[in-house]
Amino acid sequence: MSTPSTPVQSTNHSASQNVLLHKSRWRWWEVLLWAAALSSPWVLSSHALIINEIAIVALFALSLDLILGYTGIVSLGHAAFFGMGAYSAALFAKHVMPDPLVGLAVGITTSAVLGAICSVTIQRGTDLTRLMVTLGVGLILMELANKLDWLTGGADGLQGVMMGPVLGRFEFDLAGQTSAWYSLAVLLVLFVIARRFVSSPFGSTLKAIRDNRLRAMAIGIPVSSRLAVVYTVAAAGAGAAGALLAQTTGFASLDVFEFHRSADVMLVLVIGGVGWLYGGVAGAVVFKLMQDFISNITPQYWTFWIGLFLVVLVLVGRERLVRPWTWFQKGGKA
Amino acid sequence: MLTILFDGIAYGMLLFILAVGLAVTMGLMNFINLAHGAFAMVGGYITVLLMQRLDVPFLLCLPAAFLGAALLGAVLERTLYRPLYHKPHLDQVLFSIGLTFMAVAAVDYFVGSTQQILQLPEWLKGRTELGEGAWMLGMGHYRLFIIAVCAALTVALQYILTKTRFGSRLRASVDDQRVAAGLGINVNVVFLSTFAVGSGLAGLGGALGADVLGMDPTFPLKFMIYFLIVVAVGGTSSITGPLLAALLLGIADVAGKYYIPKLGAFIVYSLMIVILVWRPQGLFVRKGGKS
Repeated sequence: MSTPSTPVQSTNHSASQNVLLHKSRWRWWEVLLWAAALSSPWVLSSHALIINEIAIVALFALSLDLILGYTGIVSLGHAAFFGMGAYSAALFAKHVMPDPLVGLAVGITTSAVLGAICSVTIQRGTDLTRLMVTLGVGLILMELANKLDWLTGGADGLQGVMMGPVLGRFEFDLAGQTSAWYSLAVLLVLFVIARRFVSSPFGSTLKAIRDNRLRAMAIGIPVSSRLAVVYTVAAAGAGAAGALLAQTTGFASLDVFEFHRSADVMLVLVIGGVGWLYGGVAGAVVFKLMQDFISNITPQYWTFWIGLFLVVLVLVGRERLVRPWTWFQKGGKA
Repeated sequence: MLTILFDGIAYGMLLFILAVGLAVTMGLMNFINLAHGAFAMVGGYITVLLMQRLDVPFLLCLPAAFLGAALLGAVLERTLYRPLYHKPHLDQVLFSIGLTFMAVAAVDYFVGSTQQILQLPEWLKGRTELGEGAWMLGMGHYRLFIIAVCAALTVALQYILTKTRFGSRLRASVDDQRVAAGLGINVNVVFLSTFAVGSGLAGLGGALGADVLGMDPTFPLKFMIYFLIVVAVGGTSSITGPLLAALLLGIADVAGKYYIPKLGAFIVYSLMIVILVWRPQGLFVRKGGKS
C-alpha cells in the first residue's frame, strides 16, 4: 500500500515547487526594464546625479520592504542601518582604503551586525512597542554620531572622503555617470538576491508570519529566528544603500540618521506598493521626481506637500491610489 | 542635587500633561497618533502669539491654548481621524506623520522658523532657595507653578476617570466598544470629547512648556519621541502609569544632561529600549488587560 502514496507525494511536492518557481521566473518586461535602467545614465547623461539618488532610495526602500511588506513589521528606525552603512563606508574609505567595493562590503557587514543585535528588540510586544524601539535605535545612533565628534565630525559631518575607482578602472566623475552605474549595478545585484530570498520557501514562511503569527507558530515555523534573519538581511540592504550614498557623494552627515529619512523611505515604499519588490523601485522613481519637482517650486515648504500627499493617500486608501479607476466606486469596508 | 530632582519633577510633570492625551488616544482608541505633538505646538503658538501680538495676560492664554487645541482636535477627529480607527497601524502611522509634516511646514510658513521667546509675567520669574550646600533646593517660581498646575490637573483627571459617569462610560467604551454601544452609550460622542480633551491637554502642555522646551516649528518632531516614550513605558491602561513614566523620564533626562552632558539624550533612549524589551506592554500595566 505504500507504493501509490509516493508518486502522489512527489507530484504534490513538485506542484508546490512549481508554484514557487513560477513566481520567481523572470518575465520579459523585467529584463527590458533593467536594460532600460542600466542604459539610463548613458541616455540621460545630464540627469545621472538624480538617477544615482533614485537607485539608492530604491535600494533602501527594497530593504524596508523585506521587513515591512513581507514580514509585517512596522519600523520607524530603518535609517539607523542606512546611517550605519554610510558612516562605516565613509570612515573605512577615509582611514583604511579607498576601494569602493571593499567599502561597500564593510558597510553591509557593519549594518548586518547591528541589525542582528537589534533583531532582539523586535521580537516581542505590539506594533507600538516596535515603533518605539526602532525609532529609539535610530535616535541613539544619531546621538552617538553627534557626540563622538572626534570620529564622525559631529554636526559638521564627515568630510573629505575620497573614493578610489570602481574595480580599479572606473573613476568617479563629476557628472555622476560612474556613480549612477555603480549604484544601479549594486541595486540590480541586491534586487536579484532579494527576489531569490522572498520567493524561496523561507520567504513564504515570512509571509505566513505576516499574515498570522500565531498560526505560523502553530504550523512549526520558528518565528523568532526567522524574524531575526530577515531583520538582519534588511539591515544589510539598508547599509548597502547608505554606503552607496556616502561613496557617491563623498560625504556623510547626521542627516543620514534623521527621522525624516525613515519616514521618507516608508513613504517611498507605500507609494510604490508594499509587499512587491518593484514597489520600492517604482516608489523611488515617483518620489524623487516629485521631490525634485516640488522643491523646485517651493524649496522650503515641500514637506507640507509631502504631508498632504500622505494624508490623502491614507484617506483614499493605499490600494486604490494606484488604481485611479476605482476611486469613485463604492469600496468594500476595510 | 535636590534642585536637579526638583527640575526633573517639573519637567516630568510637564511631559505628563503633554503626553496624557496621547495615552488616552493610543490606549483607548488604539490609534497610533504621531501628530500629537502638533496639537501641543498649536497650543504653544496660540500662547506665544496672543502674548506677543495682543498682549493678553499669561494666565488667560492658558485656557485659550487649551480651547484652541481642543477645538482643532474635535474638528480633525470628526473629519479625518474617525475613518481611520479601524485601519491597520501602518496607515495610522503614515497619516499622522503626514499631518505632522503639514503642521511643521504650515507654522514655518505663517510664523517663521525662528524660536519664539515667551515673556513670562514678573511674578513667575523669581527663584526661591532653601537649605545650604549640597542639599540646597533652588525652586524656580515658574517650575513651581508648572508642578502646581499639573498636580491639580492630574487629580482632576483621575477623579473624572474613576468617579464620574463620563469616566465610566469612557472606560466601558474602551473595554468593549460594541457592548458599550449596545448599552446605549454613544461611543462616537465619548471618543470625540475624549480626543478633544486629549488634544486640549496637549495644547495646554505646549503653552506651559513654551518657555521650558522652546517653541519652534520642529517642536512636534523633536518631542514626539518623548511623548511616545511616556506612553509606551507607562502603559496605556491608567493615569498613574504614564505619570510615573513621565516623572522617571523627566528626572532621568535632567539628571543625565546635568551629570553626563557628553551623552545627552542617549541615556533616555537606551533606558526606553531596555524597558520595552524587558516589558513590551509597559512598566505599569494591570494584569489581564487587553493586549
